[in-house]
Amino acid sequence: MRFKDVFSIIGPSMVGPSSSHTAGAVRIGRAARRIFGAFPDQAEIVFYGSFAETYRGHGTDLAVVGGLLDFATDDMRIRNSIELAEAAGIELTFKTAQNVAFHPNTVELRLKGGDHTDVIAGASIGGGSVEMLRVNGFDVKFTMNYPVLLVFHDDTPGMVAHITRLLEAGGVNIAYMDVDRKGRGGDAMTVVESDEAVPAELMKHIEGLPSVHRVVIADLTVEEAQS
Amino acid sequence: MKFSTLEQIIACCREDQVTIGQLMLNEQIKETGKSRDETFKQMADYYGIMKEAVHRGIHDPVPSKSGLTGGDAVRVHQYMSSGVPALGTDACTALAYALSVSEVNASMGRIVATPTAGSCGIIPGVFVSTQERFGWEDEHLVMGLFSAGAIGYVIANNSFISGAEGGCQAEVGSAIGMAAGALTELRGGTPEQAVHAVGLALKNSLGLICDPVGGLVEIPCIVRNGFGAVTALAASDMALAGVRSVIPSDEVIDVMLEVGTAMPSKHRETAKGGLAQTPTGKKILKDLYGKEGKKLREKGAKAKKEETSD
Repeated sequence: MRFKDVFSIIGPSMVGPSSSHTAGAVRIGRAARRIFGAFPDQAEIVFYGSFAETYRGHGTDLAVVGGLLDFATDDMRIRNSIELAEAAGIELTFKTAQNVAFHPNTVELRLKGGDHTDVIAGASIGGGSVEMLRVNGFDVKFTMNYPVLLVFHDDTPGMVAHITRLLEAGGVNIAYMDVDRKGRGGDAMTVVESDEAVPAELMKHIEGLPSVHRVVIADLTVEEAQS
Repeated sequence: MKFSTLEQIIACCREDQVTIGQLMLNEQIKETGKSRDETFKQMADYYGIMKEAVHRGIHDPVPSKSGLTGGDAVRVHQYMSSGVPALGTDACTALAYALSVSEVNASMGRIVATPTAGSCGIIPGVFVSTQERFGWEDEHLVMGLFSAGAIGYVIANNSFISGAEGGCQAEVGSAIGMAAGALTELRGGTPEQAVHAVGLALKNSLGLICDPVGGLVEIPCIVRNGFGAVTALAASDMALAGVRSVIPSDEVIDVMLEVGTAMPSKHRETAKGGLAQTPTGKKILKDLYGKEGKKLREKGAKAKKEETSD
């Protein structure tokens, strides 16, 4: 099921004019910000499909940048987000591109800060619901409707078992899961959407696993339940 | 969720002896693990935002961010107060309210996506006007939103609710179906009647393209929200009168998927076809974006050529 619950149909509360081109875009930008872990110094924002054709009219650029500022979908500051972000010191670039493999409403964010870069793509599938599609070259799907755990690791036997055992011990139930690798024995990624928030201590245990390079938790559920 | 079709909704309601709204609330609690109060409150908050948006554009014009639209809700509301609308006052109120919410949306004001922002006027237009008419408590309408949500959940997962995927039928069409079904239940109709209202309504918007002028959620989106509210009232009246959707409503949803999938990209929110590419539509785009507008138009023309040469 692409749409999981009643509030993905009735909702979100949002600043207009378009749930897919504005609210969904805010959520993709915000997801990218959370995965990146900070407000970036540079952001290159690439619009695809219908986003590329109509992003100005719908304020999709304002929306994605509002997300980078960690704004909720109904934050009235979205109207001035580009000004606010530039005042906060970010260097913004907007581009359009075509990729027939992508959903018609896709945006890719290339975020840089210090020596750290993340490339994150997501699609806005309607009514403010999103499907995150790609993180640093890994094709993984997650929705931001649940707390999401992203584990970057080597493709070695037992990784999924190690991660899930720790989650079980921490009392975290897995709702959805996705795994991708760039090649046999190469870089891999496991994504877990869970019913409960993943506690910081559990995240440390996962970070401590051999062959794990990086662990990220992105959770919009608490703020979005309040908006 | 223990249902994925409208038929299953009817069966679940029968089994659990609940309304569609109650079924949705129960299933939502199961899905999220949140309390009934918390879940109900979130929906009640949404209804509050909808009411605010309804009232914002009725007495004072709300110009859109582009300046292209705004003030139509005021016009209709004034006309209604001073004249004799062909629709009658109740349907005309729903029309004015739906226009108001859509105008607030186009101004980058705050609304609730129901199911999308492009179609955000229809459910508030129908709900708030009907509440005033019958003197219902807010709680009744909040349960109606759960009912509308259940219907939308089925449509969204079996077809689509975004113009980019399935055209305007997926946005405005879905919203009309949701409003019609929910209103039927709010007025005491059975789950079967509510589901017939959904099918009757959806059939009337099959094939509707998404062709926003300048790529903006304004022309024709705002007036389609007004029309949508009136159509939802009509579908609900038919269902309550005993009119049935001979083609089962689940099958109508499948047709929406079929039609939307076959729809060319130029008619799915890209502003490369339909009203957006009329001489006036193109002029508006040019006036809006200047040089950039020209670039977009050329792309549109090129796409048109490619599609006609197939």
